Amino acid sequence: MNDRVIDVRNLRKSFGARKVVEGLSLQVEQGQICGFLGANGSGKTTTIRMLCGLLVPDAGEGQCIGFDIIRQAPLIRRHVGYMTQKFSFYEDLTVFENLDFVASVYEMRNRRAAVDDIMVRMGLADRRNQLAGELSGGWKQRLALAACVLHQPKLLLLDEPTAGVDAKARREFWDLIHDMAGEGLTVLVSTHYMDEAERCNRIVYLANGRIVVEGGADQVARQSGLITFEATGQGIDNAARALRRMSGVEAAAVFGHALHVAGTERESLERAIRSFANLEWREVEPRLEDVFIHMLSVKEAAP
Amino acid sequence: MTGLSWRRLAALLRKEWIQVFRDAMTLRIIIAIPIMQLFLFGYAINTDPKNLPTGLLTTDHTKYERTIVAALKNSGYYNVTPLATEAEANEGLADGDLLFVIEIPPGFDRAVDRGESPAILVDADATDPTAIGNATAALASLTADIQRDLPPIRRAQPQTPPFQFVVHARYNPEQLTVLNIVPGLICIVLTFSTLFVTTLSITRERERGTMENLLAMPVRPVEVMIAKITPYLTIGYIQVGLILIASVLFFQLPIRGSIPLLLAALGLFIGGNLALGVLFSTVSANQMQATQFAQFTLLPSFLLSGFMFPFRGMPLWAQWAGEVFPTTHAMRIVRGMLLKGNGWTEIAPDLWPLALFTLGAIGLAVWFYRETLD
Repeated sequence: MNDRVIDVRNLRKSFGARKVVEGLSLQVEQGQICGFLGANGSGKTTTIRMLCGLLVPDAGEGQCIGFDIIRQAPLIRRHVGYMTQKFSFYEDLTVFENLDFVASVYEMRNRRAAVDDIMVRMGLADRRNQLAGELSGGWKQRLALAACVLHQPKLLLLDEPTAGVDAKARREFWDLIHDMAGEGLTVLVSTHYMDEAERCNRIVYLANGRIVVEGGADQVARQSGLITFEATGQGIDNAARALRRMSGVEAAAVFGHALHVAGTERESLERAIRSFANLEWREVEPRLEDVFIHMLSVKEAAP
Repeated sequence: MTGLSWRRLAALLRKEWIQVFRDAMTLRIIIAIPIMQLFLFGYAINTDPKNLPTGLLTTDHTKYERTIVAALKNSGYYNVTPLATEAEANEGLADGDLLFVIEIPPGFDRAVDRGESPAILVDADATDPTAIGNATAALASLTADIQRDLPPIRRAQPQTPPFQFVVHARYNPEQLTVLNIVPGLICIVLTFSTLFVTTLSITRERERGTMENLLAMPVRPVEVMIAKITPYLTIGYIQVGLILIASVLFFQLPIRGSIPLLLAALGLFIGGNLALGVLFSTVSANQMQATQFAQFTLLPSFLLSGFMFPFRGMPLWAQWAGEVFPTTHAMRIVRGMLLKGNGWTEIAPDLWPLALFTLGAIGLAVWFYRETLD
């Protein structure tokens, strides 16, 4: 019980008439990297803000790092590292000044040493005196991460941390996240990238303020009940266009040299692909991306 | 957790300090604008206007007329043109084409020669008392000047003046003193330059997205407020220094009261404006809104503080409204200390409202400051 860093039940939040989070329950264990997925506006950011005490839930209960999320919000803030979606440190302060500010606000002992350590660890030491506003996206993101973990939080809440950052920087960022998780830090991270979702221990998929699926990446794919066929050969682009209009086909998309066709009813799907016998077909594991697109379309169809 | 922390406050102060002093452009504007305003207003509000349009009304052209008109012109204040009728004179005054009408009564020559000391009527448009103040004051010495040009028979009787100027201040019989303007201006310029700087402080954090981060950190609202105000208090004092020096050098303003006490009082006044700015910033959704709040405050500060109109001349309700604004109290303190040499006991009745205002503004700002994003 005690190793549950996040344990909340039936969280609800609306802004005016718009219900953003509708009865969300979530448990995350210590050292876990939990991926938060879902379309824009599905309630990811609102949930994260409720978890760190920046928004007061309309209803629901639970605890976060052992503190009650309603009554002890200020205590949660002190032990959580929260990285906002938009860069939210001071662009007119240097890297060092930003980190020094954060360290002082958290009243850290050995402030200078802690700031120096984190700069070395994040590779920011060379940019110590550069203004944050002059950093590129990847470096800004590193600075933000450094500032969020500086006070040694028990839980890291990252809201789309890698949006607009190049592939190499993203890879390095995730390596850092895994290192820290290995040291016992719990991470809840929202993302739109499927490769990042695959690097999470657990995925939580949100739609309209509710959890639709959760589990490991393979579990989620299996739970979706999605069947996927892959084809290679001449004319896959034309085949994709034709297949998209056929019944039983939910998605048909070309990835490189291969065409992926996905659906939930095996019979009608097989009937559809039989019209393209000139292509070479084989059944494959559904891609996470197909799964999520599938879930989005299901959600749209159901009221 | 609920207590204030000096270390956190120091961190916030350091951050605000760097941000304020790194923005060189804004800093230059903050320093330059009050000085520019002082000169613009100071010279635009001319306390000693000359060559004022004057009409001359005479029934019979007298032998002394030329002497009197020449003396009026030589004073530099009067630009005399003859008028034909009294209707013309009245119209000229009403339209503002004439500031003075000088009327020499019939039989003036004979009355002077008989030693009856007749009166010359000076009708003055007193709607702008400062405009005519010096000109009317100069009349007294004119009488003596003209006496020198009179024939020897008249000069032999110095005990009775040959004639008298009787000034009739039309439209506004009460007149203002001239030194009122620069001390008042100091307060107006400071209101201008201090109110706006903090007005943008919190909305800027909100618009740049840094507010979310600040809220996620364990800082207390009061700490944020004090940190926002302090750097600008320093800048405010730089402005006060420059303005006082410029006022003494260029407008020959006396400083008769204690300078440390004056600085302390002005510090409280600046603090009040900065706190009000932070309050506006806290309750506003964006910088545009916050600026509008500040603008709405500026106009009554101008009009009701006693700067534009004499405070005692305002209707009672306007006086009560005027008491609310820190500019009103600061203006009384500054005028009193500079011109009358007022001290602690005389300024106390205006000092405590300033203190109350400052504390109230900070208190309200803290009250309205939301610690969540709701």
